[in-house]
Amino acid sequence: MKAAAFDYHRPANRAEALDMAGSLDNAKFLAGGQSLVAMLNMRYAIVDHLIDLNHVSDLAGIEMTGDRLRLGAMTRQRAVKDDTALAARAPIFAAALDYVGHFQTRNRGTVGGSLGHMDPSAELMALATLMDAEVEVQSKARTRTLSIADYPMAYMTPAIEMDEMITGVTFALPAEGHGWGFHEHAQRHGDFAVCGVAALMELAGGTVSRTAITVFGIGMAPQRARAAEDLLAGQTPGDDLYRAAGDALDDLDYTTDAMASAAYRRRLAGVLTRRALADAATRAGGDRR
Amino acid sequence: MTTKSISLTVNGKTVEQEVEPRTHLADFLRHGIGLTGTHLGCEHGVCGACTVLVDGQAVRSCLMLAVQADGAEVVTVEGLAPETGGDDGLSPIQAAFREFHGLQCGYCTPGFLTSLTQLLMENPDIGEEDLRKELSGNLCRCTGYAGIVRAALAAAQAYKEAAASGMGGSR
Ligand SMILES: Cc1cc2nc3c(=O)[nH]c(=O)nc-3n(C[C@@H](O)[C@H](O)[C@H](O)COP(=O)(O)OP(=O)(O)OC[C@H]3O[C@@H](n4cnc5c(N)ncnc54)[C@H](O)[C@@H]3O)c2cc1C
Ligand code: FES
Ligand code: FES
Repeated sequence: MKAAAFDYHRPANRAEALDMAGSLDNAKFLAGGQSLVAMLNMRYAIVDHLIDLNHVSDLAGIEMTGDRLRLGAMTRQRAVKDDTALAARAPIFAAALDYVGHFQTRNRGTVGGSLGHMDPSAELMALATLMDAEVEVQSKARTRTLSIADYPMAYMTPAIEMDEMITGVTFALPAEGHGWGFHEHAQRHGDFAVCGVAALMELAGGTVSRTAITVFGIGMAPQRARAAEDLLAGQTPGDDLYRAAGDALDDLDYTTDAMASAAYRRRLAGVLTRRALADAATRAGGDRR
Repeated sequence: MTTKSISLTVNGKTVEQEVEPRTHLADFLRHGIGLTGTHLGCEHGVCGACTVLVDGQAVRSCLMLAVQADGAEVVTVEGLAPETGGDDGLSPIQAAFREFHGLQCGYCTPGFLTSLTQLLMENPDIGEEDLRKELSGNLCRCTGYAGIVRAALAAAQAYKEAAASGMGGSR
């Protein structure tokens, strides 16, 4: 199908883009276009104006300072996946990005677009939830920061206004030497996951000193598995423990859709959690019996 | 809706035209300038048939607007083997597709060839497992992929030599 007609705007800087967002009716920002242009072609989305952010220069960039990582909204998914400093400090980013579509879509797709689109299976949303990220948004009138817990509002709808632009997202990186695991199940590599799990683990004296587990693709937005995280605290890593954690995921919301039932997603969540924790423990130098 | 005038390079030639903002790059290439080698399978990013190179990067031309290609350097399947191609007028990956039966009906082929051009130029040492993963964004209904994978692995050597001799131009 073909998109319905719209006007196209190419702001040269952030102020111009925000002016447009504040004054044009039924307008949307265009980032990598890897979700939006598909929606326009299918007429799932019909807009009067597109504001192309690809020529706004100060929106892209990867900054690491201590345990904070900031990704500018227009940073290409490819750039995040290929960043060698980030791969050394937090390899889970490259591992997760490898599942985001295909290399051709990552050439154009952006970090901000992924958060703006908010697909339930979006790996970048999962990482943001795993690492207590903060999303920066800006309109002509104000700048504000949303914690990732407050960011999802409804299915594929973030809690931001029409005139607000996502400018960047800041992740709280786990300490050096942490272990990580990332597993997902999709029909084909690069497809949207039916269920995925991202996990972090830190060990001290042979026991779990900190974990974070995020299950995604199962509901409106990624969810932290708090009961499983609590269960792991202070325990000695091992297969029985991972199994117990995988069994402790009933506090999450699972949806049924054309791809899978809630019960199947619940089952996958358990299996993928066990695998992700086993990987995380191994990478943290723990015992994986 | 206001049309925009764009100026870009397609396969080395400068093209200037007025386009509707909603026209995606694939329709512009096919209908605007008659380059029908770029195929459309799905128009929502899933099949990869429409892949072209924009500033050297493989992108889905159904997900990029023609207005966004203003100022860009676009290479389509028609431009993969310019003067730098071999005696047969084919680029290494094109010649390998012929030799290893990398195509049957040919509908998906332009997308595979452009995608593999970026992939092999950047990573000529890629192994079969990674290659299959990277090709997950291109669908073929005919071949079962075996010939495509064999062709890509065979052509990799040529891209390696091109990279070693510093002539990145051997598309
Ligand atoms: C075949 C295929 C497979 C895919 N598989 C996956 C996958 O497995 N996992 C995954 O996560 N994604 C996947 N995607 C989608 C991913 O490629 C997109 O890049 C991403 O969802 C959107 O990012 P974008 O930069 O392309 O944004 P766009 O498509 O340009 O925009 C998406 C939305 O975000 C809004 N937006 C963009 N930037 C901003 C901003 N700065 N401020 C406010 N709003 C903004 C837009 O208005 C729009 O509503 C896939 C896409 C395709 C085509
Ligand atoms: S036509 Fe563009 S990806 Fe299918
Ligand atoms: S050769 Fe027919 S679709 Fe690939």
